[in-house]
Amino acid sequence: MREKEPKLLITFHTTAGAMAMEKQCKQDGLPGRLIPVPRSITSDCGMAWCAPPEARDVLESLMQRESLDTAGVYELLL
Amino acid sequence: MIYLDNAATTLKKPEAVISAVVEAMQTMGNSGRSGHDESLAASRIIYRTRESLASLFQCRSDHVVFTANSTEALNMALSGTLDPGDHVISTDCEHNSVLRPLYRLMEQGVSVSFVPADRQGLVLYDDFEALITPRTKAIVCTHASNLTGNKLDLPRIGAIAKAHGLLFIVDASQTAGVFPIDMECWGIDLLCFTGHKSLMGPQGTGGLCVGEGVEVRPWKVGGTGVQTYLTTQPPQYPTRLEAGTLNGHGIAGLYAALSYIDSVSMDQIRAHESLLTRRFYKGIKDIPGVTVYGDFSTFDRGPIVSLNLADWDSSLLSDRLSCDYGIATRPGAHCAPRLHRALGTEEQGAVRFSFNWFNTAAEIDEAIRALREIAAT
Repeated sequence: MREKEPKLLITFHTTAGAMAMEKQCKQDGLPGRLIPVPRSITSDCGMAWCAPPEARDVLESLMQRESLDTAGVYELLL
Repeated sequence: MIYLDNAATTLKKPEAVISAVVEAMQTMGNSGRSGHDESLAASRIIYRTRESLASLFQCRSDHVVFTANSTEALNMALSGTLDPGDHVISTDCEHNSVLRPLYRLMEQGVSVSFVPADRQGLVLYDDFEALITPRTKAIVCTHASNLTGNKLDLPRIGAIAKAHGLLFIVDASQTAGVFPIDMECWGIDLLCFTGHKSLMGPQGTGGLCVGEGVEVRPWKVGGTGVQTYLTTQPPQYPTRLEAGTLNGHGIAGLYAALSYIDSVSMDQIRAHESLLTRRFYKGIKDIPGVTVYGDFSTFDRGPIVSLNLADWDSSLLSDRLSCDYGIATRPGAHCAPRLHRALGTEEQGAVRFSFNWFNTAAEIDEAIRALREIAAT
């Protein structure tokens, strides 16, 4: 079984919010990709931006700068 | 066949639109329903389309809500903002997509005043101001009449709305994609558009662009792919007004259409359509028996010429044009009952010729020749 790794997860209120995050991260060359929201975060559906935890600061400053429609930021083992 | 019924729908679409829809049908999953490539592909194209539309109309991309057409957008805008006791101002120039939602709201206790149109289909702008009451909540009007092509001065009406703190709701069915529309500068709170007319996209596409801070109650609620355990529709735009699977395949086509318009340039498209309108108008206006409706003192207007020939039943004239000349037009009442009454054409209707980027001068000349020939018989 694959060993779990610490991950940073960012969730969104809307799919449009997730798409905006993906576009901005690609534009700025920031790490991560969209995955279905792990159910350990919420049993709601939707997408989460999954990135290495060390990218937290740079991603949070991007979220703030671009007023991205995020719902929460989490760190967990995936 | 010469297709001159573009105000109903543009028949000829850019090749890129057709191939985008085909490709989408072969490759796209359901947007926002999973993280696999096919679902993400749908989400990405839909997101890019929101961005294109936001740039076209000057609004926030996450406030571009997709609908099936203008009618759906107008129903959402009107029923989502007006309450019993509210008063709303509209005009005689409106299509039933505005009128019927208003008439239904009247049954629910909303009152409506209409700015009258004259025999040329023109309105007086002072009338908007004169109709405002303490209960007035909104002004709703078209950007250009689907019957006469007359344009309304949206910046002017928007300024009146803003000066009185009213919502400004616009039906851009006949102008989106060909005429510049600036929601921010013109004070438009809710812009309703369809994708299949001058935007040259597929039928079943359209949208409602919501100004910042404007609250619209969801008209339909349901699956969104997010916030599943919430018992109500998520409050954030655009999801707030988008329940159920979007028309992703159509939206992919709409994106290709927007890109096409961008590559050709809206100004060039408008100039071409204006030239065709002018050519047709000049060619038919002096034919004995022809009556043209609308204000042709300016060609800053929608590419539409509606007319009658003597006392011909407009349906029969349109049928003759179709059967004997292969020219497609629209007769009848054009879903614009108040304007037909104002023009005095309730009985006869009118034959509408409407032009598009893909029409040619030769087609216009053929239509002129056909009308001359019929008039001479």
